[in-house]
Amino acid sequence: MRISLFITCYNDTLFPDTGKAVVSVLERLGHTVEFPVEQTCCGQMHFNTGYRREAYPLAKRLVSIFRDAEMVCIPSSSCVAMIRDYYPELARENGDEKFAAEVSSLLPRVFEFTELLTDALQLEDVGASFPHRVTYHASCHGLRSLHLGDKPLRLLRKVRGLDLVELPNSDRCCGFGGTFAVKNADVSTAMLEEKLAAVLGTGAEVCTACDNSCLMHIQGRLHRQGSPARTMHIAEILASEGKQ
Amino acid sequence: MSLVTVDPRKAPPFPKAAAELLHDVQLRKNVAHATDVIQRKRAALVAEKADWQPLRTAGAAIRREALRHLDRYLELFEKQLTAAGGHVHWAADAEEARRIIAGLVRDAQAKAVIKIKSMTTAEINLNPSLEADGVKVYETDLAELILQLGNDQPSHIIAPALHKNRHQVRELFAREMHLPDLADDPPALTEAARRYLREKFLTVRTAICGANFLVADTGSICIVESEGNGRMCLTLPDTLISVAGIEKVIPRFSDLEVLLQTLPRAATGERMNPYNSIWTGVTPGDGPQNLHIVLLDNGRSNLLSNEITRQTLQCIRCGACLNTCPVYRQTGGHAYGSVYSGPIGAILTPQLFSLEYAQSLPYASSLCGACYEVCPVKINIPEVLVYLRSRVVEKNEHSLGSLLNQERIGMKMMARIFLSFERFERAQRMARVFEKPFVGKDGWVHKLPGLAGQWTAARDLRPVPAQSFREWWRSRKAAE
Repeated sequence: MRISLFITCYNDTLFPDTGKAVVSVLERLGHTVEFPVEQTCCGQMHFNTGYRREAYPLAKRLVSIFRDAEMVCIPSSSCVAMIRDYYPELARENGDEKFAAEVSSLLPRVFEFTELLTDALQLEDVGASFPHRVTYHASCHGLRSLHLGDKPLRLLRKVRGLDLVELPNSDRCCGFGGTFAVKNADVSTAMLEEKLAAVLGTGAEVCTACDNSCLMHIQGRLHRQGSPARTMHIAEILASEGKQ
Repeated sequence: MSLVTVDPRKAPPFPKAAAELLHDVQLRKNVAHATDVIQRKRAALVAEKADWQPLRTAGAAIRREALRHLDRYLELFEKQLTAAGGHVHWAADAEEARRIIAGLVRDAQAKAVIKIKSMTTAEINLNPSLEADGVKVYETDLAELILQLGNDQPSHIIAPALHKNRHQVRELFAREMHLPDLADDPPALTEAARRYLREKFLTVRTAICGANFLVADTGSICIVESEGNGRMCLTLPDTLISVAGIEKVIPRFSDLEVLLQTLPRAATGERMNPYNSIWTGVTPGDGPQNLHIVLLDNGRSNLLSNEITRQTLQCIRCGACLNTCPVYRQTGGHAYGSVYSGPIGAILTPQLFSLEYAQSLPYASSLCGACYEVCPVKINIPEVLVYLRSRVVEKNEHSLGSLLNQERIGMKMMARIFLSFERFERAQRMARVFEKPFVGKDGWVHKLPGLAGQWTAARDLRPVPAQSFREWWRSRKAAE
């Protein structure tokens, strides 16, 4: 399969290892990964903060770059949610029928990373090995917009040596919420404190998720408190072959 | 309690009010406990309904139909209720509603009124205006009584005194009802309220209530409640005045089949409310003989023309979105500066005030979507929130302050950068350079200036790695 990677702007800049891990997993499974270099951002941050007018050209730009892709892989549920939930709305409110048609043609080919593995490629065991105690945080967009359900967990359960521990209240937001984390920093931090208590309560060495945005938030507080627990994107665990 | 206001015109911005309330450990404990209990009850009762999702879909369809043809259903309701002996009054705004009600109370020569819990009467700030006219107001709902005696404000649309625990209520009742030996268990507190209220039920001849649903095809009014105080107010007085938002209308009596299944489960975690009162006009010799309803617009009709904002009016005020909201869980309702708090308040309040006030409320959400998931009439609250954010941004576009606004400048700059991958790559490289002075000895960022400083107030940040993904990709391709 020819799989086009939309790395997302913040993974590209801040979490290149996640991108490398996605490439490593997909190539290990025998697929060809393509990376259209013109890609930048899906427009989520602008759209969600109220800059709809700025998000629209970014949305159009992204769709035109991936228009001919056989399959698009995105290691971020919130960016997938932006594309699925709001690109059609942007097309509608701008009366842009051409864009609407392009979006509806592209959407069936767009997959979040764990969706791609479990739904499109029908896999659970991707040949990974990671001998550590891990807990999984269900990011809000993955949970409620993409309805990922137990897809990420099915993948994690097949990782050799991995001790998966359940995170209490794993469906509760970590308090990141994009610009919410700076606009409502006090409330965001209060939410994060609860999440941290849950994560630390599991005794896990690693907290994983399908979104580096939540993980950056959780890791930021873990580090501030001097905790040895760390965060890792699920792709990095699935790419691991036990050398950690 | 002096800081608490539910008047959006006077309320501080959400982040400021929230920061204050986050210090109130007792309040946060009370809110987390109460919302946990209601959520557990709700979840159990929703789980036992195999057709919960179809019921949500049906409920949403009923509410959407009512709103799409609101003019027609309101006129039908007026016609049917008038034929059944009731009187319909139309109020464009809060001021007109208060004036109409003051007139009706005067006509009834009432020196006092008894009230059923009604957020709509709180929205129009009815009690102070009645008291200014010399009318004594008695709240008969237990939670409302707690607020009234404590000179407090509602913090939840279903359980307005949710921020108080029973020990605090005991202190209040002991003081205000002169009961020094009062115990703090729920039966004792309820008994105290019952004794206090019984005399009012038997002597006050005028009642004021809200409405859960207005049934267009029969002209009926429906109120559901748990304490029986409502049934007292609806049956004993001579005069009954109901105040309801124009969106409360539903097309048909049979629509209650759906909504009376979803509302109690979503609201209080009950299969059915203990008291369901539905009455149609006046019955000679039985119940109130003077029946009035005040239909309140107060900004609601402005929401009708846009499909996204119109969803807001689908709300049946169950409060499930408040109970599940992780933001509300931390702050309680008073942070929202309105009688409508939580996620529904965050979209309703700014719209009722045409975004002039409460501009921080659409941002008082992490967009986690839990509210949408539990909503029994499928209001996509996150969608409305982000839409309202865009209206806030547009509204402030041409204000002088916007030129200096860090967020706006940053957003515009980023949007321009993202339009070209070459610019994006340059920005990635520049970020590494600019960040350098802020990287600590341990290789992490602990303190940043400006807006980003809000991040580092509580969290560290890993610095931008030396090589971006695209740089790695390029070097890999070159090596092939």
